[in-house]
Amino acid sequence: MCALSELQTGQDATVVGLRADHDFVQRLHALGVRIGRSVRIIRRGALNGPLQLRIGTTDIMLRRTEAALIDTTEPATAQT
Amino acid sequence: MKRIALLGMPNCGKSSLFNRVTGASARIGNWPGITVDLMRARILLGSHMVEVVDLPGIYDLNGYTEDEQVVRDFLCAQPVDLLIMVINAAQAERQLRLFLQARTLGVPIVVLFNMADEARRLGINIDRDAFTEHTGFSAHSISAKFGDGVPQALAQIGHMLGNTVPSMPSFDALADADLEHALDQLAHQSIDTPVTLSARHTDRIDRAALHPVLGPVLFIAAMALVFNAVFLLGAPLQEGIGAAFDWLRSAALVPLLAPLPAWASGFLIEGIYNGVSTVATFVPLIVLFFFLMALVEDSGYLSRAAFLMDAFMSRLGLDGRSFVMLVMGFGCNVPALMGTRIMRARPLRLLTMLTIPLSLCSARLQVFLFIGAAIFPAVWAPWALLSLYLFSIAAAVLTAWLFRKKFASREPFALELPPYRLPTARHVLLRGWHEVRHFVHRASRFIVAGVALVWLLTHLPVGVDAASTASWAGQIGSWLQPLLSPIGIDAQLTLALLFGFVAKEVMIGAMAVIFGQETSALGDTLAQHMNIAQAYSFMLFTLLYTPCLSTLATLQSESRDWRFTTLAVAWPLALAWGVAWLAYTGLSALAH
Repeated sequence: MCALSELQTGQDATVVGLRADHDFVQRLHALGVRIGRSVRIIRRGALNGPLQLRIGTTDIMLRRTEAALIDTTEPATAQT
Repeated sequence: MKRIALLGMPNCGKSSLFNRVTGASARIGNWPGITVDLMRARILLGSHMVEVVDLPGIYDLNGYTEDEQVVRDFLCAQPVDLLIMVINAAQAERQLRLFLQARTLGVPIVVLFNMADEARRLGINIDRDAFTEHTGFSAHSISAKFGDGVPQALAQIGHMLGNTVPSMPSFDALADADLEHALDQLAHQSIDTPVTLSARHTDRIDRAALHPVLGPVLFIAAMALVFNAVFLLGAPLQEGIGAAFDWLRSAALVPLLAPLPAWASGFLIEGIYNGVSTVATFVPLIVLFFFLMALVEDSGYLSRAAFLMDAFMSRLGLDGRSFVMLVMGFGCNVPALMGTRIMRARPLRLLTMLTIPLSLCSARLQVFLFIGAAIFPAVWAPWALLSLYLFSIAAAVLTAWLFRKKFASREPFALELPPYRLPTARHVLLRGWHEVRHFVHRASRFIVAGVALVWLLTHLPVGVDAASTASWAGQIGSWLQPLLSPIGIDAQLTLALLFGFVAKEVMIGAMAVIFGQETSALGDTLAQHMNIAQAYSFMLFTLLYTPCLSTLATLQSESRDWRFTTLAVAWPLALAWGVAWLAYTGLSALAH
């Protein structure tokens, strides 16, 4: 298990845990970030800026501090 | 009359559908029980007159943002016959979550899977029969952008309205609804998504648009393009309209009003007509500006700006969305202030609202265009204007930085990056048209009253020389002189500033009346009246001093806090005086 914020750019991993408060978990759910879903970091914003994530057909941006609250599986190394 | 409300998540194409269905007939409407304006229109569906209401796009019927509260308040206060649930078909597996909440309300719902063409290109297939079988709600595939499937969907909705009664939704079952499990099940039953998605053109554009170096450069270039296009295309139109107004005045109005007593024709021609026609020449610029802003907004590019700027904004206690609202404020501060409703944390929302009135809006732009052209050499004028935009941004940054501790917040930042879409001309024109009509409506109320009042103040008491120190206007100006002469603003210009508080659009009209000049001659008079240091100080003061009356009213209605509204008036005024003083003393010293 690792935090989403620590994933390499371009790697796929599966969400296994959301450690945020209730309201933010609801918002993440509405944006498609849910346990069991596959997620990928498309790019990292410059100067410690937000992450661009892809979940299914939706792209979202999320700050690194919030991405650290999302647990994922170890990335599948075969898919690099 | 029947009532239908449009419900959907952000980026589902709800507004496109609303515009397609209602056309140019939509109006901003007010409802008892809710404090905000929503778009509404009356249309004929089948044999029913139907009021269609466009609710704000929301993620969660149970959520805590102001937008989500607005939707709940509306549904609790206004009985609806039917809800149209708009879902972006390409993102149905996630957006159906809102449908699962909505179906607990106990109101008839028709589901429209929008952007069917985009979903098809991605290989996503929605089985509407299976959807209806499992949920009991009828569904249609449409493209709100191109109109495919819309007539059929409307025909069925018109048919259904024969059996509906207006009802208040019940929110009792909403909190208990099992969403995540039900969503997986529904998606499994009715949505067919390919395992791998094809590379999208959006990714290719983003490689440049979100590039750490190229991205900001492109953003500045895009904004520069918008402003330049406004001037290049708008200036000839403006001159043409100005000339037409002057001709109408000398050819028709003056002979026609000649039989009237001098004071009456003076009031009508030098007061109302000169003032209003001066303002009217700016309408083409404003129209162009709003069309271009609608184009930028609908393309999906603004959320890229949010991505690029979030790292910087977070250091000021703001976030990427605050930056987007500041850019929107370049059009008009009022909708930008309303746009902050998507923010959940109140301190973040208030801090953003404190910075928005410093955005150089299109009304202030008129003043700067006029003074810039009248007083600065032609080569300098564009740079003077650009420097004012930079001052506007710097003032917002400084304000946020100074007040970031007072309005400290920790709101999680999560925002969609929708794919780039080329808006249709029809949609941009309609969006622009709605903005323009709203703008003209708002401006016209103040302009006629404003210029009439200026004329009276400059011509009373009876018998004084127009705008002389003996007139009421001159007296008001003299009282304020101790405050404004240190920044190079004389009594006559003080009066223009006073009316600028009502609406910045009034300022040029007020000057036309104060100096008793028509559009073209006013520039020459101004050039004799003030030097470059005075003009620049005046423009800086105008940029920052106080938000207009509409903005002030919006600040109060959105914050519902008099102390905050007072701060939002007092702080910019102090900042304006300080900045104008520095500029005036500095430029005057340079000139000697």
